[in-house]
Amino acid sequence: MLTQGFAVLLSHWWRHKLQFAMLLLGLALATALWSAVQAINGEARASYARAAAVVGQDRLEQLTTADGTHIPQESYIALRKAGWLVSPVLEGEKRFGGERLRILGVDPITLPADAAQVDVGAADIGLARFITAPGVFIMSGETAARLKGVDTPPIRISDALPPGTVLTDIGIAQQVLDAPGQLSRLLLAPRQPTEARPLAEVAPGLVRRAPAVESDLSRLTDSFHLNLTAFGLLAFAVGLFIVHSAIGLAFEQRRPVIRTLRALGLPLRTLVLLMVVELLVLSTVAGLIGVALGYGVASLLLPDVAASLRGLYGAEVPGTLSIRPSVWGLGLAIAVAGTLVSAASRLWRIATMPLLAPARPRAWSLASERALRLQAVGGILLLVAAWLVVQFGSGLVAGFSALGAMLLGAALLLPLVLSLLLKLGERLSKGVIAQWFWADTRQQLPGLSLALMALLLALAANAGVGTMVQSFRLTFVGWLDQRLPSELYVSTRSNDESQKVHDWLASRSDAVLPIWNTEVRMFGQPVQVFGIADHATYRDYWPMLEAMPDAWDRIARGEGALANEQLARRQKLALGDMIPLEGGHKLPLVGIFSDYGNPKGQVIIGVRLLETLYPDASRLRYAVRIAHDKAPKLAEELRATFDLPEENVVNQTTIKDFSLKIFERTFAVTAALNVLTLGVAAIAIFASLLTLSGMRLSQLAPAWAMGLTLKRLALLEILRSVALASFTMLAAVPVGLGLAWMLLAVINVEAFGWRLPMHVFPMDWLRLFLLAVASAIIAALLPALWLTRRQPADLVKVFANER
Amino acid sequence: MLLDLEDVSKSYPTGEGVLQVLRGVSLSLDAGESLALTGESGSGKSTLLHLAGGLDRPDSGAIRFEGKDIAGLGDVELAAFRRVSVGLVFQQFNLIPSLDVAANLAFQARLGDRYDAAWSEWLTERLGLSKLLDRYPEQLSGGQQQRVAIGRALAGRPQLILADEPTGNLDEATGDAILELMLALMRETGAALLMVTHSNRLASRLGRRLHLAAGKLG
Ligand SMILES: Nc1ncnc2c1ncn2[C@@H]1O[C@H](COP(=O)(O)OP(=O)(O)O)[C@@H](O)[C@H]1O
Ligand SMILES: [Mg+2]
Repeated sequence: MLTQGFAVLLSHWWRHKLQFAMLLLGLALATALWSAVQAINGEARASYARAAAVVGQDRLEQLTTADGTHIPQESYIALRKAGWLVSPVLEGEKRFGGERLRILGVDPITLPADAAQVDVGAADIGLARFITAPGVFIMSGETAARLKGVDTPPIRISDALPPGTVLTDIGIAQQVLDAPGQLSRLLLAPRQPTEARPLAEVAPGLVRRAPAVESDLSRLTDSFHLNLTAFGLLAFAVGLFIVHSAIGLAFEQRRPVIRTLRALGLPLRTLVLLMVVELLVLSTVAGLIGVALGYGVASLLLPDVAASLRGLYGAEVPGTLSIRPSVWGLGLAIAVAGTLVSAASRLWRIATMPLLAPARPRAWSLASERALRLQAVGGILLLVAAWLVVQFGSGLVAGFSALGAMLLGAALLLPLVLSLLLKLGERLSKGVIAQWFWADTRQQLPGLSLALMALLLALAANAGVGTMVQSFRLTFVGWLDQRLPSELYVSTRSNDESQKVHDWLASRSDAVLPIWNTEVRMFGQPVQVFGIADHATYRDYWPMLEAMPDAWDRIARGEGALANEQLARRQKLALGDMIPLEGGHKLPLVGIFSDYGNPKGQVIIGVRLLETLYPDASRLRYAVRIAHDKAPKLAEELRATFDLPEENVVNQTTIKDFSLKIFERTFAVTAALNVLTLGVAAIAIFASLLTLSGMRLSQLAPAWAMGLTLKRLALLEILRSVALASFTMLAAVPVGLGLAWMLLAVINVEAFGWRLPMHVFPMDWLRLFLLAVASAIIAALLPALWLTRRQPADLVKVFANER
Repeated sequence: MLLDLEDVSKSYPTGEGVLQVLRGVSLSLDAGESLALTGESGSGKSTLLHLAGGLDRPDSGAIRFEGKDIAGLGDVELAAFRRVSVGLVFQQFNLIPSLDVAANLAFQARLGDRYDAAWSEWLTERLGLSKLLDRYPEQLSGGQQQRVAIGRALAGRPQLILADEPTGNLDEATGDAILELMLALMRETGAALLMVTHSNRLASRLGRRLHLAAGKLG
């Protein structure tokens, strides 16, 4: 009995192969986009974890200076003598060829076992070779491949290290980083001898720091990954609309069969159970296809994601994917759960359906009108909830919840809005065909509304995110002009060279502006402190968001400080608030400037003050003002005179191009996900039209019999799809604007710390509109074509008596 | 002569070869005349009716309406013919579900640009549909739906009404009442009626009757 019942149920799919294909495709696509995002995020997180685990930072307590400056080697020696089990680490960055590497110097002898990720005593490395010049650079295979042909100490491969990281002996690191006698931190072995003298006595400048369970990187990049996850979820939701409508139709069509099966003695409970099993099998198959597809999509997107993570956060993520069980598990789970949720209401209806239902079809106009109202009320409630969350909530999760509530609310409201628009069309039209067209379109609404809701979401996401990216771009380009007004930017290699370069440039240019900086901990987070000279370049160009009138004078006198927007927002700083600097020195905040793309807080003070407060600050970089046409020649002379590498003297345009390139790649992923989401929505419409086209014949045949040609009817079918897509686009405009506003004014502020002005680009909206119309035409084309190919005999069958 | 079928044949391709449904059928119908077509189920009555209404084309033979052969017309001309000259009444009513009663009644007449408000109102009154004008087909009983279908067929005052077992889906009392109403309206409008039925009782109510068997009229 079971197998026979199951065979009858499955035979439906055999008869409706297209419907089956659409169901699988929808579910697979939805799962694919979701899994792609999961795979990318998983790769990035694993890479951050590897970075955090290097030399045991995530497990061991450490000693550092309170302000994050270097530890003198003497403190280390004093601690060892006093019985403390500590091991020194020096960390810094250094360019090799075109690659910026993170250099980690360790002492293999004192390194606690917990921190030894790589066994340097192993045969292919050898302790002696590791600690004696020229030493050994241990790095991942991928990093080594990038360094091909570059002059470095001998390289050994270990894939325990994250990309871009080099492990070497501390002595070698001190040489390479030009930091003799300096240490970044001291690792504390898990068990310390009890008789050791107290820390405050031996090394008063040092503080204990708990293991960094969550790395700075993963905190910084959280928002980026949350963005991706939100997109993955959106794409999944759009895909689910296909699933929902395909399942809905299949269940609707199988009602008579189910009734017959029950009449023949199959218990209802068994039937429902069989259908659940059927759905489980289907969703598992589709989920497997989807995850596999997702890996394909992810491997296409990953290079761009890796590039933007490197550009935005300096985070290294490998360019290749590894297969993660969690991605497979999650992908399958979401596919199955999504299918069951989509089918729940249908299953419920089957389970409560009376064995002998009235023969008359459901009163669609009454039932659907009531359903539309109810759905619209839900939509309005969600919109109100979104508004409330924006007003009173805070945090990224609240921001995304508001976003989700707004999108879902708008989607739920859509059918009623469309129904009203179509009613209006019916009221306004004069001709009989026009009236029938609108009335009939309205009748199609229940069958198409899910696909149209998916289209609304996709269009709104495209419009909203497009507006966000374009607004950002416009602001960013303008900001780059303000931020990089100098013609040349020079990096020297040592303090000695820096002085010589400065003197050489002084007589050959209009101005040489120091860009000296240091990194400190302020408000419990890493903050860059820059010193700048008093010069018209800054007064004229600096991208201030708000400032006191005499801000530049006060900075020049060393009596004021600037902060970037993200630091000001994070710490809720207002003009006049005090900025704590080295040694208890405090300065009032006199201005806030925009600083896009920088994950860290930044403070700017007068360069003289920087020299006194932070004598260790790096003094290697300068901005050079000179007549625009003379810049290239000066750059060349400078390189020749001091034998500076190409990349140490760059002109303004090069930096701008580079920054813009990073920008473009950052949003390449978003754009790709956007297009994919729109594609899924188009498929949703296609699937719905295709499945509806079977039932259409009986609705169109009377009109044909009354004297409309098939060509005319087919044209009207396409027009109907275009009308619905156009109205949906109309509805998507306010939703897209709302989404853009939320992204710019809420999500960006929470995620990155900056707020952007909104610019609207009508041409982009027009293009999206044409895209929507085009996809509507393409979706309707095939069913319409089929309609024109119909033989009179097919249509006449509708009137045949023996139905 | 209004309608004239001459030596009409029609076959359908099926899985087990070609099914010859009509084998050289001839019949004629004068204006205002009423003719009943009887025959077993599957004998080809509906097929013949559809050919006469320009819904399908014969394999061979001529179908003349007012002397003009419609068998060779293209889709566009056939559609125009149906719009203006024929009224159709089906067993399943086949109303347009998205339109209310008023719009359904006016649909074909307006398509053929033959709508006459005064005539329509009279017809509505006569069919007892005045109170149901803003209902949708699914909200009507079978008898009510068939009355709408008859109104739709007559609204454009076509010369020929084709009815395929118009009472087949109704109970006997309702069916008889509807048939009476339809015949009365035929007389009042002067339209000719070709009606398919398998009931001898109903067939006897019409002016003339023909029996279809083995693809031929007898
Ligand atoms: N489109 C079609 N394709 C194949 N066979 C058909 C088609 N339409 C009708 N038939 C067959 O032609 C025969 C006559 O059908 P029909 O004219 O509907 O008979 P009736 O109306 O007298 O019951 C039947 O055997 C029927 O199955
Ligand atoms: Mg028949």
